[in-house]
Amino acid sequence: MISLLLRDLRLAMRAGGGFGLGLSFFLIVTVLVPFGVGPGSALLAKIAPGILWLGALLACLLSLDRIFALDWEDGSLDLLATSPLPMEGVVTVKALAHWLTTGLPLCIASPVFALLLSLPPEGYQWLILSLVLGTPALSVIGTFGAALTVGLKRGGLLLSLLVLPLYVPTLIFGAEVARRGAEGLATTTPILMLAGISAGTIALLPFASALVLRVNLR
Amino acid sequence: MIPDLGKYADTVLSSYAVSILLLVLLVAVSIRAARKARIELEQVEGRRNG
Amino acid sequence: MNLNALWEYANPVKFSRTVSLVLPWVSVLALVSLVVGLVWGFFFTPDDYRQGSTVKIIFLHVPSAMMAISAWFMMLVTSLIWLIRRHHVSALAAKAAAPIGIVMTLIALATGAIWGQPMWGTWWAWDPRLTSFLILFLFYLGYVALWEAIENPDTAADLTAVLCIVGSVFAFLSRYAVNFWNQGLHQGASLSLDKEENVADVFSTPLYVCIAGFVLLFVALVFLRTRTEIHKRRTKALLARERLG
Repeated sequence: MISLLLRDLRLAMRAGGGFGLGLSFFLIVTVLVPFGVGPGSALLAKIAPGILWLGALLACLLSLDRIFALDWEDGSLDLLATSPLPMEGVVTVKALAHWLTTGLPLCIASPVFALLLSLPPEGYQWLILSLVLGTPALSVIGTFGAALTVGLKRGGLLLSLLVLPLYVPTLIFGAEVARRGAEGLATTTPILMLAGISAGTIALLPFASALVLRVNLR
Repeated sequence: MIPDLGKYADTVLSSYAVSILLLVLLVAVSIRAARKARIELEQVEGRRNG
Repeated sequence: MNLNALWEYANPVKFSRTVSLVLPWVSVLALVSLVVGLVWGFFFTPDDYRQGSTVKIIFLHVPSAMMAISAWFMMLVTSLIWLIRRHHVSALAAKAAAPIGIVMTLIALATGAIWGQPMWGTWWAWDPRLTSFLILFLFYLGYVALWEAIENPDTAADLTAVLCIVGSVFAFLSRYAVNFWNQGLHQGASLSLDKEENVADVFSTPLYVCIAGFVLLFVALVFLRTRTEIHKRRTKALLARERLG
Protein backbone atom coordinates (compact mmCIF):
# COMPACT_ATOMS: atom_id res chain seq x y z
CA MET A 1 0.00 0.00 0.00
CA ILE A 2 2.76 2.37 0.98
CA SER A 3 4.80 1.37 -2.02
CA LEU A 4 1.82 2.15 -4.24
CA LEU A 5 1.53 5.56 -2.62
CA LEU A 6 5.23 6.25 -3.12
CA ARG A 7 5.02 5.09 -6.71
CA ASP A 8 2.08 7.39 -7.41
CA LEU A 9 3.84 10.31 -5.82
CA ARG A 10 6.99 9.63 -7.86
CA LEU A 11 4.99 9.41 -11.06
CA ALA A 12 3.25 12.69 -10.30
CA MET A 13 6.59 14.37 -9.66
CA ARG A 14 8.19 13.02 -12.79
CA ALA A 15 5.26 14.02 -14.99
CA GLY A 16 5.81 17.53 -13.70
CA GLY A 17 2.07 17.87 -13.29
CA GLY A 18 1.66 17.22 -9.60
CA PHE A 19 2.77 20.09 -7.44
CA GLY A 20 3.51 22.57 -10.17
CA LEU A 21 0.38 22.41 -12.28
CA GLY A 22 -2.22 22.78 -9.55
CA LEU A 23 -0.32 25.55 -7.83
CA SER A 24 0.33 27.52 -11.01
CA PHE A 25 -3.33 27.22 -11.92
CA PHE A 26 -4.27 28.51 -8.47
CA LEU A 27 -1.83 31.39 -8.93
CA ILE A 28 -3.24 32.29 -12.32
CA VAL A 29 -6.80 32.34 -11.00
CA THR A 30 -5.73 34.57 -8.13
CA VAL A 31 -3.92 36.93 -10.46
CA LEU A 32 -6.77 37.10 -12.95
CA VAL A 33 -9.49 37.89 -10.43
CA PRO A 34 -8.33 41.47 -9.70
CA PHE A 35 -8.19 42.08 -13.47
CA GLY A 36 -11.78 40.96 -13.68
CA VAL A 37 -13.28 42.78 -10.72
CA GLY A 38 -10.91 45.71 -10.25
CA PRO A 39 -8.06 46.32 -7.82
CA GLY A 40 -10.05 47.86 -4.94
CA SER A 41 -8.86 46.03 -1.85
CA ALA A 42 -12.19 46.36 -0.02
CA LEU A 43 -13.99 44.36 -2.67
CA LEU A 44 -11.12 41.88 -3.00
CA ALA A 45 -11.02 41.29 0.75
CA LYS A 46 -14.74 40.61 0.67
CA ILE A 47 -14.65 38.02 -2.10
CA ALA A 48 -11.21 36.56 -1.28
CA PRO A 49 -12.46 33.51 0.70
CA GLY A 50 -14.84 32.50 -2.06
CA ILE A 51 -12.30 33.06 -4.83
CA LEU A 52 -9.63 31.10 -3.01
CA TRP A 53 -12.01 28.21 -2.41
CA LEU A 54 -13.14 28.23 -6.03
CA GLY A 55 -9.52 28.31 -7.16
CA ALA A 56 -8.66 25.36 -4.94
CA LEU A 57 -11.66 23.45 -6.27
CA LEU A 58 -10.79 24.07 -9.90
CA ALA A 59 -7.13 23.25 -9.32
CA CYS A 60 -8.25 19.94 -7.81
CA LEU A 61 -10.55 19.27 -10.74
CA LEU A 62 -7.76 19.93 -13.21
CA SER A 63 -5.66 16.99 -12.10
CA LEU A 64 -8.46 14.49 -11.49
CA ASP A 65 -8.38 12.70 -14.84
CA ARG A 66 -4.75 11.75 -14.23
CA ILE A 67 -5.57 9.74 -11.12
CA PHE A 68 -6.32 6.59 -13.09
CA ALA A 69 -5.58 7.51 -16.71
CA LEU A 70 -1.90 6.49 -16.79
CA ASP A 71 -2.50 3.24 -14.94
CA TRP A 72 -5.43 2.45 -17.22
CA GLU A 73 -3.40 3.00 -20.37
CA ASP A 74 -0.42 0.84 -19.47
CA GLY A 75 -2.56 -1.88 -17.88
CA SER A 76 -1.20 -1.55 -14.37
CA LEU A 77 -4.73 -0.91 -13.17
CA ASP A 78 -5.59 -4.50 -14.10
CA LEU A 79 -2.54 -5.65 -12.18
CA LEU A 80 -3.68 -3.67 -9.18
CA ALA A 81 -7.12 -5.24 -9.47
CA THR A 82 -5.67 -8.75 -9.30
CA SER A 83 -3.21 -7.90 -6.54
CA PRO A 84 -4.01 -8.90 -2.94
CA LEU A 85 -4.65 -5.27 -2.10
CA PRO A 86 -8.42 -4.69 -1.95
CA MET A 87 -9.79 -2.24 -4.49
CA GLU A 88 -11.06 0.00 -1.71
CA GLY A 89 -7.46 0.31 -0.52
CA VAL A 90 -6.25 1.14 -4.02
CA VAL A 91 -8.73 3.98 -4.48
CA THR A 92 -8.03 5.33 -1.01
CA VAL A 93 -4.31 5.40 -1.73
CA LYS A 94 -4.98 7.04 -5.08
CA ALA A 95 -7.09 9.71 -3.41
CA LEU A 96 -4.41 10.24 -0.77
CA ALA A 97 -1.74 10.63 -3.44
CA HIS A 98 -3.94 13.13 -5.25
CA TRP A 99 -4.43 15.10 -2.07
CA LEU A 100 -0.73 15.09 -1.25
CA THR A 101 0.14 16.42 -4.69
CA THR A 102 -2.64 19.01 -5.07
CA GLY A 103 -4.60 19.61 -1.85
CA LEU A 104 -1.71 19.83 0.55
CA PRO A 105 0.41 22.24 -1.52
CA LEU A 106 -2.65 24.43 -1.97
CA CYS A 107 -3.22 24.51 1.79
CA ILE A 108 0.40 25.43 2.43
CA ALA A 109 0.53 28.08 -0.28
CA SER A 110 -2.90 29.59 0.37
CA PRO A 111 -1.63 32.35 2.75
CA VAL A 112 0.45 33.77 -0.10
CA PHE A 113 -2.53 33.85 -2.42
CA ALA A 114 -4.70 35.26 0.36
CA LEU A 115 -2.15 38.06 0.67
CA LEU A 116 -2.53 38.84 -3.03
CA LEU A 117 -6.29 39.15 -2.56
CA SER A 118 -5.86 41.26 0.62
CA LEU A 119 -7.71 38.89 2.89
CA PRO A 120 -8.03 40.46 6.35
CA PRO A 121 -5.42 39.03 8.78
CA GLU A 122 -7.94 37.33 11.06
CA GLY A 123 -9.14 35.27 8.12
CA TYR A 124 -5.88 33.41 7.48
CA GLN A 125 -6.19 30.73 10.12
CA TRP A 126 -9.80 30.00 9.12
CA LEU A 127 -8.92 29.82 5.45
CA ILE A 128 -6.12 27.34 6.08
CA LEU A 129 -8.24 25.34 8.50
CA SER A 130 -11.14 25.14 6.05
CA LEU A 131 -8.83 24.07 3.21
CA VAL A 132 -7.14 21.43 5.38
CA LEU A 133 -10.54 20.06 6.36
CA GLY A 134 -12.18 20.38 2.96
CA THR A 135 -9.62 19.46 0.29
CA PRO A 136 -9.44 15.77 1.36
CA ALA A 137 -13.16 15.53 0.56
CA LEU A 138 -12.48 17.14 -2.83
CA SER A 139 -9.82 14.51 -3.59
CA VAL A 140 -12.00 11.58 -2.48
CA ILE A 141 -15.06 12.79 -4.40
CA GLY A 142 -12.83 13.46 -7.40
CA THR A 143 -11.45 9.94 -7.25
CA PHE A 144 -15.01 8.65 -7.47
CA GLY A 145 -15.60 10.77 -10.56
CA ALA A 146 -12.31 9.62 -12.08
CA ALA A 147 -13.25 6.00 -11.42
CA LEU A 148 -16.59 6.52 -13.17
CA THR A 149 -14.99 7.92 -16.32
CA VAL A 150 -11.79 5.89 -16.37
CA GLY A 151 -12.34 4.00 -19.61
CA LEU A 152 -13.75 6.89 -21.62
CA LYS A 153 -11.77 8.58 -24.32
CA ARG A 154 -13.12 12.08 -23.86
CA GLY A 155 -13.78 11.77 -20.17
CA GLY A 156 -12.45 15.16 -19.14
CA LEU A 157 -15.51 17.29 -19.76
CA LEU A 158 -17.87 14.59 -18.52
CA LEU A 159 -15.75 14.27 -15.40
CA SER A 160 -16.25 17.96 -14.61
CA LEU A 161 -19.97 17.69 -15.22
CA LEU A 162 -20.20 14.71 -12.86
CA VAL A 163 -17.91 15.95 -10.13
CA LEU A 164 -18.80 19.63 -9.83
CA PRO A 165 -22.36 19.09 -8.52
CA LEU A 166 -20.91 16.69 -5.96
CA TYR A 167 -18.57 19.45 -4.82
CA VAL A 168 -21.43 21.79 -3.90
CA PRO A 169 -21.81 20.96 -0.20
CA THR A 170 -18.06 20.98 0.43
CA LEU A 171 -17.67 24.28 -1.37
CA ILE A 172 -20.55 25.89 0.49
CA PHE A 173 -19.37 24.92 3.94
CA GLY A 174 -15.69 25.45 3.19
CA ALA A 175 -16.17 28.92 1.77
CA GLU A 176 -18.57 29.70 4.60
CA VAL A 177 -15.92 28.85 7.21
CA ALA A 178 -13.37 31.06 5.47
CA ARG A 179 -15.83 33.91 4.94
CA ARG A 180 -17.20 33.90 8.47
CA GLY A 181 -13.70 33.66 9.84
CA ALA A 182 -12.60 36.67 7.80
CA GLU A 183 -15.61 38.66 8.96
CA GLY A 184 -15.09 37.65 12.58
CA LEU A 185 -18.32 35.65 12.89
CA ALA A 186 -18.84 32.33 14.65
CA THR A 187 -17.52 29.45 12.58
CA THR A 188 -18.32 26.39 14.68
CA THR A 189 -21.33 25.11 12.72
CA PRO A 190 -19.82 25.22 9.22
CA ILE A 191 -16.56 23.74 10.56
CA LEU A 192 -18.43 20.83 12.06
CA MET A 193 -20.46 20.34 8.86
CA LEU A 194 -17.32 20.55 6.70
CA ALA A 195 -15.46 18.08 8.89
CA GLY A 196 -18.51 15.82 8.87
CA ILE A 197 -18.71 15.84 5.09
CA SER A 198 -14.99 15.09 4.79
CA ALA A 199 -15.14 12.28 7.33
CA GLY A 200 -18.24 10.80 5.74
CA THR A 201 -16.89 10.89 2.20
CA ILE A 202 -13.51 9.48 3.23
CA ALA A 203 -15.21 6.66 5.11
CA LEU A 204 -17.88 5.71 2.57
CA LEU A 205 -17.07 6.94 -0.91
CA PRO A 206 -14.04 4.63 -1.49
CA PHE A 207 -16.51 1.72 -1.47
CA ALA A 208 -18.50 3.32 -4.28
CA SER A 209 -15.30 4.19 -6.18
CA ALA A 210 -14.02 0.63 -5.84
CA LEU A 211 -17.35 -0.79 -7.00
CA VAL A 212 -17.34 1.50 -10.01
CA LEU A 213 -13.73 0.72 -10.83
CA ARG A 214 -14.41 -3.02 -10.71
CA VAL A 215 -17.31 -2.53 -13.13
CA ASN A 216 -15.07 -0.57 -15.46
CA LEU A 217 -12.38 -3.27 -15.40
CA ARG A 218 -14.86 -6.07 -16.06
CA MET B 1 -62.61 33.60 -24.37
CA ILE B 2 -59.43 34.23 -22.43
CA PRO B 3 -60.22 35.41 -18.93
CA ASP B 4 -59.21 38.87 -17.86
CA LEU B 5 -55.68 38.42 -16.59
CA GLY B 6 -55.11 42.07 -15.74
CA LYS B 7 -51.64 43.47 -15.86
CA TYR B 8 -50.04 40.05 -15.42
CA ALA B 9 -51.39 38.63 -18.68
CA ASP B 10 -47.90 38.29 -20.21
CA THR B 11 -46.58 36.52 -17.18
CA VAL B 12 -49.35 33.95 -16.97
CA LEU B 13 -49.62 33.35 -20.69
CA SER B 14 -45.89 32.98 -21.23
CA SER B 15 -45.47 30.51 -18.39
CA TYR B 16 -48.36 28.41 -19.74
CA ALA B 17 -46.90 28.64 -23.23
CA VAL B 18 -43.40 27.64 -22.13
CA SER B 19 -44.59 24.74 -20.02
CA ILE B 20 -47.00 23.35 -22.55
CA LEU B 21 -44.43 23.70 -25.29
CA LEU B 22 -41.86 21.78 -23.22
CA LEU B 23 -44.36 19.06 -22.35
CA VAL B 24 -45.52 18.67 -25.93
CA LEU B 25 -41.91 18.51 -27.13
CA LEU B 26 -41.10 15.84 -24.56
CA VAL B 27 -44.12 13.76 -25.54
CA ALA B 28 -43.42 14.18 -29.25
CA VAL B 29 -39.78 13.18 -28.89
CA SER B 30 -40.72 10.17 -26.79
CA ILE B 31 -43.38 9.00 -29.24
CA ARG B 32 -41.08 9.42 -32.22
CA ALA B 33 -38.30 7.49 -30.54
CA ALA B 34 -40.77 4.76 -29.60
CA ARG B 35 -42.06 4.46 -33.13
CA LYS B 36 -38.56 4.37 -34.58
CA ALA B 37 -37.43 1.70 -32.14
CA ARG B 38 -40.50 -0.44 -32.84
CA ILE B 39 -40.12 -0.22 -36.61
CA GLU B 40 -36.44 -1.11 -36.45
CA LEU B 41 -37.13 -4.05 -34.21
CA GLU B 42 -39.88 -5.29 -36.51
CA GLN B 43 -37.57 -5.03 -39.52
CA VAL B 44 -34.82 -7.00 -37.82
CA GLU B 45 -37.25 -9.61 -36.54
CA GLY B 46 -38.89 -9.88 -39.95
CA ARG B 47 -35.52 -10.52 -41.58
CA ARG B 48 -34.79 -13.17 -39.00
CA ASN B 49 -38.05 -15.03 -39.49
CA GLY B 50 -38.38 -14.48 -43.24
CA MET C 1 -50.70 -7.63 -5.14
CA ASN C 2 -47.97 -9.70 -3.57
CA LEU C 3 -44.36 -9.00 -4.16
CA ASN C 4 -43.57 -12.03 -6.26
CA ALA C 5 -46.17 -11.05 -8.79
CA LEU C 6 -44.55 -7.63 -8.97
CA TRP C 7 -41.19 -9.09 -9.91
CA GLU C 8 -42.76 -10.75 -12.94
CA TYR C 9 -42.85 -7.35 -14.58
CA ALA C 10 -39.08 -7.35 -14.47
CA ASN C 11 -39.22 -9.70 -17.42
CA PRO C 12 -38.84 -7.45 -20.50
CA VAL C 13 -41.30 -9.37 -22.67
CA LYS C 14 -43.93 -9.43 -19.98
CA PHE C 15 -43.28 -5.78 -19.27
CA SER C 16 -43.70 -4.81 -22.92
CA ARG C 17 -46.96 -6.72 -23.14
CA THR C 18 -48.32 -5.12 -19.99
CA VAL C 19 -47.27 -1.69 -21.19
CA SER C 20 -49.13 -2.20 -24.46
CA LEU C 21 -52.25 -3.04 -22.46
CA VAL C 22 -51.99 -0.28 -19.87
CA LEU C 23 -50.38 2.56 -21.79
CA PRO C 24 -53.45 3.75 -23.75
CA TRP C 25 -55.51 3.99 -20.57
CA VAL C 26 -52.85 5.81 -18.61
CA SER C 27 -52.24 8.21 -21.50
CA VAL C 28 -55.91 9.03 -21.88
CA LEU C 29 -56.29 9.51 -18.13
CA ALA C 30 -53.21 11.73 -18.07
CA LEU C 31 -54.46 13.82 -20.95
CA VAL C 32 -57.94 14.17 -19.47
CA SER C 33 -56.77 15.17 -16.02
CA LEU C 34 -54.17 17.56 -17.43
CA VAL C 35 -56.70 19.25 -19.68
CA VAL C 36 -59.35 19.38 -16.95
CA GLY C 37 -56.92 20.61 -14.33
CA LEU C 38 -55.25 23.23 -16.47
CA VAL C 39 -58.45 24.52 -18.07
CA TRP C 40 -60.08 24.69 -14.65
CA GLY C 41 -57.04 26.43 -13.26
CA PHE C 42 -56.65 28.81 -16.14
CA PHE C 43 -60.25 29.80 -16.84
CA PHE C 44 -62.26 29.16 -13.71
CA THR C 45 -60.21 30.28 -10.76
CA PRO C 46 -60.41 33.78 -9.27
CA ASP C 47 -57.41 36.06 -8.97
CA ASP C 48 -55.55 36.05 -5.71
CA TYR C 49 -55.94 39.30 -3.80
CA ARG C 50 -52.20 39.69 -3.46
CA GLN C 51 -50.72 37.91 -6.45
CA GLY C 52 -53.36 38.82 -9.00
CA SER C 53 -53.74 36.44 -11.90
CA THR C 54 -50.17 35.14 -11.52
CA VAL C 55 -51.53 32.67 -9.01
CA LYS C 56 -52.66 30.60 -12.00
CA ILE C 57 -49.02 29.66 -12.58
CA ILE C 58 -49.23 27.48 -9.49
CA PHE C 59 -51.01 24.80 -11.53
CA LEU C 60 -47.84 24.25 -13.55
CA HIS C 61 -45.19 25.24 -11.10
CA VAL C 62 -46.05 23.04 -8.13
CA PRO C 63 -46.80 19.79 -10.03
CA SER C 64 -43.68 20.06 -12.18
CA ALA C 65 -41.52 20.78 -9.14
CA MET C 66 -42.99 17.78 -7.36
CA MET C 67 -42.38 15.56 -10.35
CA ALA C 68 -38.82 16.81 -10.74
CA ILE C 69 -38.04 15.48 -7.28
CA SER C 70 -40.21 12.37 -7.59
CA ALA C 71 -38.53 11.42 -10.85
CA TRP C 72 -35.12 11.46 -9.20
CA PHE C 73 -36.51 9.46 -6.31
CA MET C 74 -37.93 6.90 -8.71
CA MET C 75 -34.54 6.69 -10.44
CA LEU C 76 -32.93 6.07 -7.05
CA VAL C 77 -35.32 3.21 -6.28
CA THR C 78 -34.95 1.59 -9.71
CA SER C 79 -31.17 1.98 -9.54
CA LEU C 80 -31.14 0.16 -6.22
CA ILE C 81 -33.35 -2.60 -7.65
CA TRP C 82 -30.97 -2.95 -10.61
CA LEU C 83 -27.90 -3.16 -8.40
CA ILE C 84 -29.46 -5.67 -6.02
CA ARG C 85 -31.63 -7.85 -8.25
CA ARG C 86 -30.18 -7.19 -11.71
CA HIS C 87 -33.51 -6.61 -13.44
CA HIS C 88 -32.81 -4.99 -16.78
CA VAL C 89 -36.20 -3.31 -16.98
CA SER C 90 -35.39 -1.52 -13.76
CA ALA C 91 -32.17 -0.03 -15.11
CA LEU C 92 -33.89 0.98 -18.33
CA ALA C 93 -36.74 2.61 -16.43
CA ALA C 94 -34.23 4.78 -14.60
CA LYS C 95 -32.67 5.76 -17.91
CA ALA C 96 -36.11 6.50 -19.35
CA ALA C 97 -37.11 8.69 -16.41
CA ALA C 98 -34.09 11.01 -16.46
CA PRO C 99 -35.02 13.15 -19.49
CA ILE C 100 -38.56 13.52 -18.10
CA GLY C 101 -37.03 14.74 -14.85
CA ILE C 102 -34.94 17.24 -16.79
CA VAL C 103 -38.00 18.65 -18.53
CA MET C 104 -39.92 18.84 -15.24
CA THR C 105 -37.03 20.68 -13.60
CA LEU C 106 -36.88 23.05 -16.57
CA ILE C 107 -40.61 23.77 -16.34
CA ALA C 108 -40.37 24.36 -12.61
CA LEU C 109 -37.42 26.71 -13.07
CA ALA C 110 -38.94 28.54 -16.04
CA THR C 111 -42.36 29.07 -14.49
CA GLY C 112 -40.68 30.05 -11.26
CA ALA C 113 -38.56 32.66 -13.03
CA ILE C 114 -41.52 34.04 -14.96
CA TRP C 115 -43.57 34.13 -11.77
CA GLY C 116 -40.78 35.65 -9.75
CA GLN C 117 -40.37 38.55 -12.13
CA PRO C 118 -43.56 40.45 -11.17
CA MET C 119 -43.83 39.05 -7.62
CA TRP C 120 -40.29 39.42 -6.34
CA GLY C 121 -39.09 41.94 -8.89
CA THR C 122 -36.41 39.60 -10.20
CA TRP C 123 -36.13 36.64 -12.55
CA TRP C 124 -33.69 34.89 -10.37
CA ALA C 125 -32.66 35.02 -6.74
CA TRP C 126 -30.33 32.70 -4.87
CA ASP C 127 -33.17 31.54 -2.73
CA PRO C 128 -32.56 28.08 -1.22
CA ARG C 129 -35.33 26.40 -3.20
CA LEU C 130 -34.30 27.88 -6.52
CA THR C 131 -30.67 27.05 -5.91
CA SER C 132 -31.49 23.47 -4.96
CA PHE C 133 -33.43 23.03 -8.15
CA LEU C 134 -30.58 24.34 -10.21
CA ILE C 135 -28.28 21.85 -8.51
CA LEU C 136 -30.80 19.07 -9.15
CA PHE C 137 -30.79 20.08 -12.80
CA LEU C 138 -26.99 19.70 -12.88
CA PHE C 139 -27.29 16.24 -11.34
CA TYR C 140 -29.77 15.23 -14.03
CA LEU C 141 -27.45 16.51 -16.76
CA GLY C 142 -24.49 14.56 -15.38
CA TYR C 143 -26.59 11.41 -15.08
CA VAL C 144 -27.84 11.58 -18.66
CA ALA C 145 -24.38 12.46 -19.96
CA LEU C 146 -22.91 9.39 -18.27
CA TRP C 147 -25.55 7.14 -19.86
CA GLU C 148 -24.76 8.62 -23.25
CA ALA C 149 -21.01 8.28 -22.85
CA ILE C 150 -20.74 4.55 -22.17
CA GLU C 151 -21.08 1.98 -24.91
CA ASN C 152 -21.66 -1.24 -23.01
CA PRO C 153 -25.27 -1.18 -21.72
CA ASP C 154 -24.63 -3.20 -18.55
CA THR C 155 -21.60 -1.14 -17.61
CA ALA C 156 -23.59 2.03 -18.24
CA ALA C 157 -26.44 0.74 -16.08
CA ASP C 158 -24.07 -0.13 -13.23
CA LEU C 159 -22.16 3.14 -13.32
CA THR C 160 -25.22 5.35 -13.60
CA ALA C 161 -26.92 3.44 -10.80
CA VAL C 162 -23.99 4.08 -8.47
CA LEU C 163 -23.88 7.71 -9.60
CA CYS C 164 -27.59 8.04 -8.88
CA ILE C 165 -27.18 6.70 -5.35
CA VAL C 166 -24.11 8.79 -4.55
CA GLY C 167 -25.73 11.76 -6.23
CA SER C 168 -28.86 11.37 -4.10
CA VAL C 169 -26.80 11.60 -0.94
CA PHE C 170 -25.00 14.69 -2.20
CA ALA C 171 -28.19 16.29 -3.51
CA PHE C 172 -29.65 15.85 -0.06
CA LEU C 173 -26.54 17.35 1.54
CA SER C 174 -26.65 20.22 -0.92
CA ARG C 175 -30.24 20.96 0.03
CA TYR C 176 -29.22 21.51 3.64
CA ALA C 177 -25.97 23.23 2.76
CA VAL C 178 -27.87 25.67 0.56
CA ASN C 179 -30.39 26.38 3.31
CA PHE C 180 -27.56 27.13 5.67
CA TRP C 181 -25.64 29.20 3.16
CA ASN C 182 -28.53 31.43 2.23
CA GLN C 183 -29.54 32.18 5.80
CA GLY C 184 -25.96 33.23 6.24
CA LEU C 185 -26.24 35.66 3.36
CA HIS C 186 -29.43 37.58 4.02
CA GLN C 187 -31.40 36.76 7.11
CA GLY C 188 -35.07 36.02 6.63
CA ALA C 189 -35.38 37.07 3.02
CA SER C 190 -39.00 37.70 2.07
CA LEU C 191 -38.62 35.41 -0.93
CA SER C 192 -39.61 32.23 0.80
CA LEU C 193 -43.33 32.86 0.55
CA ASP C 194 -44.46 29.35 1.18
CA LYS C 195 -46.58 28.59 -1.80
CA GLU C 196 -48.35 25.56 -0.45
CA GLU C 197 -49.43 27.04 2.84
CA ASN C 198 -51.18 30.00 1.27
CA VAL C 199 -53.26 28.00 -1.10
CA ALA C 200 -56.97 28.48 -0.58
CA ASP C 201 -59.59 25.85 -1.35
CA VAL C 202 -60.58 27.46 -4.65
CA PHE C 203 -57.10 26.72 -5.89
CA SER C 204 -56.38 23.43 -4.19
CA THR C 205 -58.91 21.24 -6.02
CA PRO C 206 -57.74 22.07 -9.56
CA LEU C 207 -54.19 21.88 -8.22
CA TYR C 208 -54.78 18.29 -7.10
CA VAL C 209 -56.19 17.47 -10.52
CA CYS C 210 -53.10 18.95 -12.15
CA ILE C 211 -50.79 17.03 -9.84
CA ALA C 212 -52.64 13.84 -10.71
CA GLY C 213 -52.28 14.75 -14.38
CA PHE C 214 -48.54 15.28 -14.07
CA VAL C 215 -48.10 12.01 -12.18
CA LEU C 216 -50.09 10.10 -14.80
CA LEU C 217 -48.18 11.79 -17.60
CA PHE C 218 -44.93 10.81 -15.92
CA VAL C 219 -46.07 7.20 -15.57
CA ALA C 220 -47.21 7.06 -19.18
CA LEU C 221 -43.95 8.54 -20.45
CA VAL C 222 -41.83 6.21 -18.32
CA PHE C 223 -43.77 3.21 -19.66
CA LEU C 224 -43.40 4.40 -23.22
CA ARG C 225 -39.73 5.30 -22.95
CA THR C 226 -38.81 2.13 -21.10
CA ARG C 227 -40.46 0.07 -23.81
CA THR C 228 -38.49 2.08 -26.38
CA GLU C 229 -35.28 1.20 -24.57
CA ILE C 230 -36.26 -2.48 -24.46
CA HIS C 231 -36.93 -2.47 -28.20
CA LYS C 232 -33.63 -0.75 -28.89
CA ARG C 233 -31.77 -3.23 -26.74
CA ARG C 234 -33.45 -6.17 -28.46
CA THR C 235 -32.73 -4.78 -31.94
CA LYS C 236 -29.09 -4.39 -30.99
CA ALA C 237 -28.90 -7.95 -29.68
CA LEU C 238 -30.53 -9.37 -32.80
CA LEU C 239 -28.24 -7.38 -35.08
CA ALA C 240 -25.22 -8.64 -33.19
CA ARG C 241 -26.45 -12.21 -33.55
CA GLU C 242 -27.01 -11.66 -37.28
CA ARG C 243 -23.47 -10.46 -37.72
CA LEU C 244 -22.15 -13.54 -36.00
CA GLY C 245 -24.09 -15.56 -38.53
